[in-house]
Amino acid sequence: MSDATANGPVLAADGTPLKKSLQRSLRHKKFRALMLIAPLLAFVLVTFVAPIGAMLLRSVENQIVPDTLPRTVVALADWDATSGELPDEAAFAALAADLAEAFDNKTHVKLAIRLNYESPGMTSLFKKTGKAAARRFDPDQPYRQQFIDLRPEWGEVEIWQLLKTYSSRYTNGYFVNAIDMQKTPDGLVMKPDGQRVYMASMLRTLGLTLVITLLCLTIGYPIAFLLANLPMSKANLLMILVLLPFWTSLLVRTSAWKVLLQQQGVVNDVLVWLGVLADDSRLELINNQTGTIITMTHILLPFMILPLYSVMKGIPPYYVRAAKSLGATNWTAFWRVYFPQSIPGIGAGAILVFILSVGYYITPELVGGRSGKFISNWIADFVLKSPNWGLAAALGAILLALVMVLYVLYDKIVGIDNVKLG
Amino acid sequence: MKLNKLIIGASALAMIAGAASAEDMTIVSWGGAYQASQQNAYFDPYMAMHPDVNIITDESSGEAVAKLRAMAEAGNISWDVVDVVAADAMRLCDEGLAMEIDPDTQLAPAPDGTPASEDFGDLLVSECFIPQIVYSTTFGYRTDMVGDTPPSSVCDVFDTETYPGKRSLEKRPIGNMEWALICDGVADADVYDVLATPEGQAQAFAKLDTIKDDVIWWSAGADTPQLLADGEVVMGSTYNGRLFALIEEQHQPVAMLWDAQVYDLDGWIIPAGLSAERQQAALDFVYFATDTQRLADQAKYISYGPARASSAPLVGKHESLGIDMAPHMPTDPANAQHTFLFNYNWWADYRDDLDAKFQAWLAQ
Amino acid sequence: MSKLPPYATTGQRIWHYSFLVICGLIFFFLIFPIIVIVPLSFNAQPYFTFTPEMLALDPAGFSTEHYQKFFNDADWQRALWNSISIAPMATFLAVSLGTLAAVGLSQSHVPFRGTIMALLISPMIVPLIISATGMYFFYSQIGIQGTYWGVVLAHTVLGIPFVIITVTATLVGFDHSLTRAAANMGAGPVRTFFKIQMPLILPGVISGGLFAFITSFDEVVVTKFVGSASQTTLPWRMFTGLREQISPTILAVATILVGISIALLTVLELLRRRSERLRGITPS
Repeated sequence: MSDATANGPVLAADGTPLKKSLQRSLRHKKFRALMLIAPLLAFVLVTFVAPIGAMLLRSVENQIVPDTLPRTVVALADWDATSGELPDEAAFAALAADLAEAFDNKTHVKLAIRLNYESPGMTSLFKKTGKAAARRFDPDQPYRQQFIDLRPEWGEVEIWQLLKTYSSRYTNGYFVNAIDMQKTPDGLVMKPDGQRVYMASMLRTLGLTLVITLLCLTIGYPIAFLLANLPMSKANLLMILVLLPFWTSLLVRTSAWKVLLQQQGVVNDVLVWLGVLADDSRLELINNQTGTIITMTHILLPFMILPLYSVMKGIPPYYVRAAKSLGATNWTAFWRVYFPQSIPGIGAGAILVFILSVGYYITPELVGGRSGKFISNWIADFVLKSPNWGLAAALGAILLALVMVLYVLYDKIVGIDNVKLG
Repeated sequence: MKLNKLIIGASALAMIAGAASAEDMTIVSWGGAYQASQQNAYFDPYMAMHPDVNIITDESSGEAVAKLRAMAEAGNISWDVVDVVAADAMRLCDEGLAMEIDPDTQLAPAPDGTPASEDFGDLLVSECFIPQIVYSTTFGYRTDMVGDTPPSSVCDVFDTETYPGKRSLEKRPIGNMEWALICDGVADADVYDVLATPEGQAQAFAKLDTIKDDVIWWSAGADTPQLLADGEVVMGSTYNGRLFALIEEQHQPVAMLWDAQVYDLDGWIIPAGLSAERQQAALDFVYFATDTQRLADQAKYISYGPARASSAPLVGKHESLGIDMAPHMPTDPANAQHTFLFNYNWWADYRDDLDAKFQAWLAQ
Repeated sequence: MSKLPPYATTGQRIWHYSFLVICGLIFFFLIFPIIVIVPLSFNAQPYFTFTPEMLALDPAGFSTEHYQKFFNDADWQRALWNSISIAPMATFLAVSLGTLAAVGLSQSHVPFRGTIMALLISPMIVPLIISATGMYFFYSQIGIQGTYWGVVLAHTVLGIPFVIITVTATLVGFDHSLTRAAANMGAGPVRTFFKIQMPLILPGVISGGLFAFITSFDEVVVTKFVGSASQTTLPWRMFTGLREQISPTILAVATILVGISIALLTVLELLRRRSERLRGITPS
C-alpha cells in the first residue's frame, strides 16, 4: 500500500482511484442497507415512538393555566408569594377579566379540573367564580371585596400561591405529585403520611418484581441445568414442558390460576381432601399479593429458563470434570467452576424477567386484589377511569426511565442481538 | 413502491374512517344486564321503527369522561348517544363535552301533556342530562348467615360482633365514607360538612378501620352478587338491580337491606360537536327512548326506577318472572324510608383528593 | 444429567434423586395449570372444580355445554372473528417490514446499527401500559383510534421485535458469497433475495411470523386502549369475563386457545428440525 501511495493512487478498472471507488461502493452499500431498514424505521417511529413521546410530553404540559388566565399570570409575576399578603387589586381585576372570558369559552371548568388535582375544592370555586365574573361582578366596585364576598376562599393567600406556582407553561407538578411530594412557596415537601400513594405503589411494584425474579431464578435454575445436561433427545422432549406455557395465552394462564387458587378452587380442595386444611379455614390465595406472585412467577418462568439454558448449553463439560479429577467435591466443582460460568445466563434471565414483570398490568389487575396492585394499574386508572393524564404520563415516564436503564444494562451484559426466543 | 403502499394505506384508513356512515348510530352503555334491558326496551323497538338506522353498541360508559375528552381533543367524535351517571354528565356538561338539552322542546311530554321538565322534575340535575333511571347502591345479606335477627340498619355492616364474617364494599370512597360517618353518629344532613374537614375524613377512616380486616373490596358490579352466592361474604354493597337478579332470578338466600341506600341517577347525554345530521338522529332516539312508556318498559327487565313521575303508574310485571316490579324499586315508599342522596357537587371537588387518600388508606 | 456412576455414595444418590424430584415438581408447576383447565372445561356443573361425578369418571359429570355456549354466543363469535381478522393482517405487515429491515441490518457497514436495533426491539421492552397509553392519545389525534386499522398497526409494531430477532438470527450464519455468486451470474437484487436468501432464512421468517401472530392474538392491553367495542378480541372478552362475571365458558375458550398454542409449537419444532437439517447440524 505504501508503495502505491508513493507512486500515485492505485486505479480501479474504470480509472478512478481505488480508494475513491471503494469508498463509493461502501457508501452505496450503506445507503442500500439503510433503504432496506427505512420503511420499518419510519413505521416504528410513527406508530410507536412518536405516540410515546407525545404522551410523555403531557407530564410537563401546563398551558391551560397561562392560556386561560393570561392577565392574571402577568399580574402575579411581581407578587411575592411568601409575603403572606394577598395580591393587589390589579391581580383581582385581571382574574375577573380572565374568568369572564373563560366562562364564555367554557374553559374555566377545564382550568378548575386542572387545579383541583393540586388542591381539593378548586372545581366548585372556579365554577362559581367564573359564572359570577361573567355575569354579576360590578366593574366599578373593588374586585377584591367582590371576590371575597362571593367565596371567602379568595381571601386566603394559599389559593393565590397555588395560582402563582402553576402559572408557567411547563410544570414539574405532575412529577412532584408522582413522587408523593407537594409544591409549596417554601419548596418541595413530602405529603402527609396518609397521602403517599404512588411512591409506595412504585416501591411495592419493585418489591414484588424482585420477589418474582428471585423465585423465577430459584426454580428456573435447576430446570435449565437439567435440560442443559440431558442428552439432546430427552432435553428436547422436556423443553416442550417449558415452551408450552411460553406459547400459551397470558389470559389462559391467568384464568387457570384464578380458577385453581379460589377458596372453592382445586388447590384448596386438594389441601382439604388431604387433611392439611380444615374446610372452614381455606387459604386466601387469590386477590392478594400471594396470587400475583404465584401467577406471575408461572407466567415469567420460561423467560428465565430459556436464556439460562442457552448459556448453560455453551458451558463445556470438561471444566467440571477437570475440577472433580483434581479432587473437588461435587458441590465445590459446581459452585466454584460451573456456577460462575452460568452467571451471564442469570444476568440475562433476571434482567429480562425483571423488565417484563415491572410493567405488568393484566395479571395484577385480575388476581392482585388490593395489595397486589402494580404501578401500571395506577397509570391505566388515571388514563381511563379517573382521568388525570398529566399524572399518568409522569408515572409512565418514571416507569419507562426505570425500564430503559435496565434495557441499556441488558444490552451491555447480553447484547440485544443475542436475545434468544424459544 | 413505498409511496404506493403509503397511498394505499392512507386511502384504506380514510375509507375506514368514513365507514361510520349516516345510518350507524353508536350508543354507549354499561354492558351486562343493564344494557340488555336497554336493548329490549329501547334499541330493538327503535330499530324496528327505523329500519334505516343501525344501532352499534359499545360498553365503555365507565370510561366515558376520558374517552370523550380524548375524542374532543382529536376533533373526531365517534359516539352518538352515551349513557352516564349524573355526576359524569355534569362533568361533561361543564367541560362543554356534552350538548345542552331543552327538555320541553327536545323531550317528549307526558301522555297527559305535562311538559318533560315537570315530569322529570328535580332529576334534571344538569342542562345536558336526560334522566333515565333512579338506582341505588345498597346492601344485601345472606339470610342463612345472620342468625335470628337479620340486620336492619346500615350500621350493622360495622357491627362485626353480632354479624361476624366478611362484608364486601366498593373500592372507592363514595358511599363508604358517608356510611362510616352516619354510623359514627353524624347526622345525615351534616355528613358532607364534616367530610370536608381533615378531622372528618380521619373520623370516617377510623370508623372504616374497625372493619378493614373483614372487608373484601369490589370494583365490578357483579362481584358482590358472586361473593354472596358463594357464601364468601355475609353482606355486601352493590347496585340494587344486581341484588334483584340474585334474589328473584337465581333464588339465592339473600335479602335486601334498604337502610341508607345511596340514590344515584343514570341517563343519556349527547356529545357536543356532532354534525347536524347525527345530532338530529341522536335527539330523535333520545326523544323516543325517554318517553313515558319506554321508561316504564325498561322496568320490565331490571329493577331500576323510571326517572319520570308519569312512568311510575305504568310499571308492571317482570317480563319473564311475572312478578310485580314496583315493590323492588328503590323509590318504593317501603324501601325509601331512610335514603341518602349523594352530593354531586361536593364530590366533584373532593373526588381527586379523597380517591388518593382512600387508596393510600387501603394500602396501609 | 448423566446417569449416576456405580461408585456414587449414598449421599450422592440421595442428592441425585431429590434433585430429579424437585425438577419433576417444577415441571408439574409449569404444566399443571394449563392441563387442568382442559377437563374442567367439560364440567357439567357451572363450578370451577372437580365434582365427585367427574372424579368417578361418570359421563354424567361431563358435558360440552360450555363449548356450545361459546359457538352459539354472538359476542364470543364476534370476538373470535375479530381475533382471526386482526392477527393475520398484523402478522403479514410485521413480517414483510421486519424481514426487509432484518436483511438490511445484517449487511456489513450499517451506520448506527446498535441504535436502530435497540429502537426496533423496544416495543418488546417498553411496558405495554405505556405503549397503550401513548397510542391511545396519538391514534385518537390522527383518527384511527377505535378502528380496525388502528388495532392492526398497533399489533404490527408489537410483533416487529420478534421478526427482527428471529430473522437476524438466521442471517448470522448466512454465507454472503452466495448472493455475490448470484449477482455475478446476472441475477438482480430482487431475484437474488427471493431465490437465494429467502429459502435459507425462511425458517426464521416463519418462526418470527408465528411469534408476531401469537403476540397479536394474545394481546389485550393495547387492544383495549386502541380498539373500541367493535374490535373486541378473544383475550379482551376473556379479560372482561374474568373481571365481571367469571363463567365456565372462559375455560372452554382457554382450552381452545391451548389447542392453538400446541399447534403453533408443533409447527415451530418441525421448522427447527428442518432448519438444522438444512444447515447440516444434525441433532445429537
